[in-house]
Amino acid sequence: MRFRQMDYTGWGRVLHASGEVARPERSRALAALAAEGPAMGNRRSYGDAPLNGGGRITDMTRMNRILGFDPETGVLHAEAGVTLGELAEIFAPRGWLPPVMPGTGFATVGGAIAMDVHGKNHQHAGSFGAHVTELELLGPTGARTVTPADLPLFRATLGGLGQTGIVASAKIAMQRCKGDVMVMTERRAPDWDGHLALLDGSDAPYVVGWIDATATGAALGRGIVEEGETASGLVARPRAARRVPFDAPGAALSPPVVRAFNRAYYARVPKAGRTSVRPIEKLFFPLDKIHDWNRLYGRRGFHQFQCVVPLAAADALRAMLERVATSGLASPLAVLKRMGPGRAGFLSFPMEGYTLAVDFPDRAAARALVGELEAMTEAAGGRIYLAKDSLASGARVRAMYPELDAWRAAVAEADPDGLYLTDLVRRLGLREAA
Amino acid sequence: MSETWIILGATSSIARALVRRLAARGAGLLLCGRDAAELDALAADSRARGAGETAALTFDVRAPDSFSPILDAAQRCEGPLTVAVFTGSMPDQAEIDADPALIAPTLADSLTGPVRFLHEIAPLLAERGGSVVGVGSVAGDRGRVTNYVYGAAKAGFATYLSGLRNRLARAGVHVMTVKPGPVDTALTWGMTLPLMTSPEAVAGDILKGLKRRRNVIYTAPVWRWVMLVIRAVPEPIFKRTSF
Repeated sequence: MRFRQMDYTGWGRVLHASGEVARPERSRALAALAAEGPAMGNRRSYGDAPLNGGGRITDMTRMNRILGFDPETGVLHAEAGVTLGELAEIFAPRGWLPPVMPGTGFATVGGAIAMDVHGKNHQHAGSFGAHVTELELLGPTGARTVTPADLPLFRATLGGLGQTGIVASAKIAMQRCKGDVMVMTERRAPDWDGHLALLDGSDAPYVVGWIDATATGAALGRGIVEEGETASGLVARPRAARRVPFDAPGAALSPPVVRAFNRAYYARVPKAGRTSVRPIEKLFFPLDKIHDWNRLYGRRGFHQFQCVVPLAAADALRAMLERVATSGLASPLAVLKRMGPGRAGFLSFPMEGYTLAVDFPDRAAARALVGELEAMTEAAGGRIYLAKDSLASGARVRAMYPELDAWRAAVAEADPDGLYLTDLVRRLGLREAA
Repeated sequence: MSETWIILGATSSIARALVRRLAARGAGLLLCGRDAAELDALAADSRARGAGETAALTFDVRAPDSFSPILDAAQRCEGPLTVAVFTGSMPDQAEIDADPALIAPTLADSLTGPVRFLHEIAPLLAERGGSVVGVGSVAGDRGRVTNYVYGAAKAGFATYLSGLRNRLARAGVHVMTVKPGPVDTALTWGMTLPLMTSPEAVAGDILKGLKRRRNVIYTAPVWRWVMLVIRAVPEPIFKRTSF
């Protein structure tokens, strides 16, 4: 297998890696790479989770075949490079959806496992890993089939940042849906309390809150709560995706632009709310219509901060939002969701509570603010999401993940020589003895 | 009417991209290649994506006696047939220079094997109707020091396809020659090559070309003009170049 020397980044484009990348297309080629280094998917994680600077890494995007689907049970067998958006596109018209979908359809099955991703249905469905019934794991000594009964390896692999080996393929229990359209209700949430009340009160299958992270004072926490339920029927298919053809200049997301955008975004939903029928991707992957939207942040890139805090710590989250809103640093699309308790692995992000995600362009003030927000998260008994992180300190993250020791022990056994270390795991010292 | 495609060299990167498009529109598929495990995975993928009747058949383009199961299966399927030939191998010219025994297999993969197969199936195509997609290469348009054995094989195949087109046109069977430039696949991974295109784009160009009943297409299309210029360079000058 040939390697290519490349400079590459995660979605946020702040942290860079330079190293050798292989991109196999055949199972035998992939098997030969399992002793070379970790794997990466479509690099939709924001920071350094998919990077291995100075070392070798395997790009899984061409290992993207669907190996089987049983329409009786709904169990799908797919190679790790298949994207969740593609699965939705193929199977929704036949009445099946991936059980959990993160905010981008470009995420791969392998990435969804390594990050144990969650979606807008987390309260009902739990995380992605809860629906994985089997996986094929390529380790330093060969391939093995891992099932939920294989503990602790199974729980160390789900949400395990790729440290137990390369996931070659997985079986996933797909979820029934009524069709490939979404009945979507959008409602205005005038302030923080109203926003939480709408999220708490919703029993829709899919729920997400978009939050105006520039609104302050009485309007703090205002936003739009979207609720969705799948349906069958016909809607106009959306136009082809657009592209951001170049890195935007710094002014593109300056505070006045962001404030104006947010005001318009909020006002576009009528006071009484509205219900409409849309293609499913409109609710699941609203930003995928603009390819390479990360370039809007310019060449320097951006950070996303995402934390979850327990239900009882909602006030602490409000204080964090207030800190963000008064900083003048936030960008347009901040997200607030309620999470259930479902988590599948030792290092899974979810906990029952509220999760907030905010983007910041890469500037010194923003980096300092993210540091503050991390401290506030820790004090509130919450945790930050490693798929998004590019700034956290190891000591703080290690304190947020109580099952870290169990994970570390299982990983030490699966990969004793540190073959699958990534920049993220090194930066946070996750595999180092406590 | 249901369509059936016979794909030779089905596990190649470009063929895989085409097979995916065909599966999505419900075509029947006879997927033929050397690697049984890869063929089975591709067949499973095609079925999951909506392909009609799909079978995986192992064969070796260098061994004509391995063709008969494919020809038998082709006899059995109904409706118009399209044969798409993606087989080929491109050893480094330096390897060939060091070991001229590599010339015969290079010719077999890109020229003599495909020609033998197409010749055997031509009567069935004439009887049933359908089309042929033959994949050549821009390398066949002019011999260059860096890959002229491969280029010669592809040039020979293009000449055969033009004759076959002439023969089968009388029976209403369309023959399209595809000349790809560099394509971003496992074979070219890590090389720096000009005007590279993706397997998905090549697959799209093939389907578009067939629909419009084009005789010869270049993909990426810009290669038609590049090769026009390269072919126009007079031999006394061309022989001093080294690209």
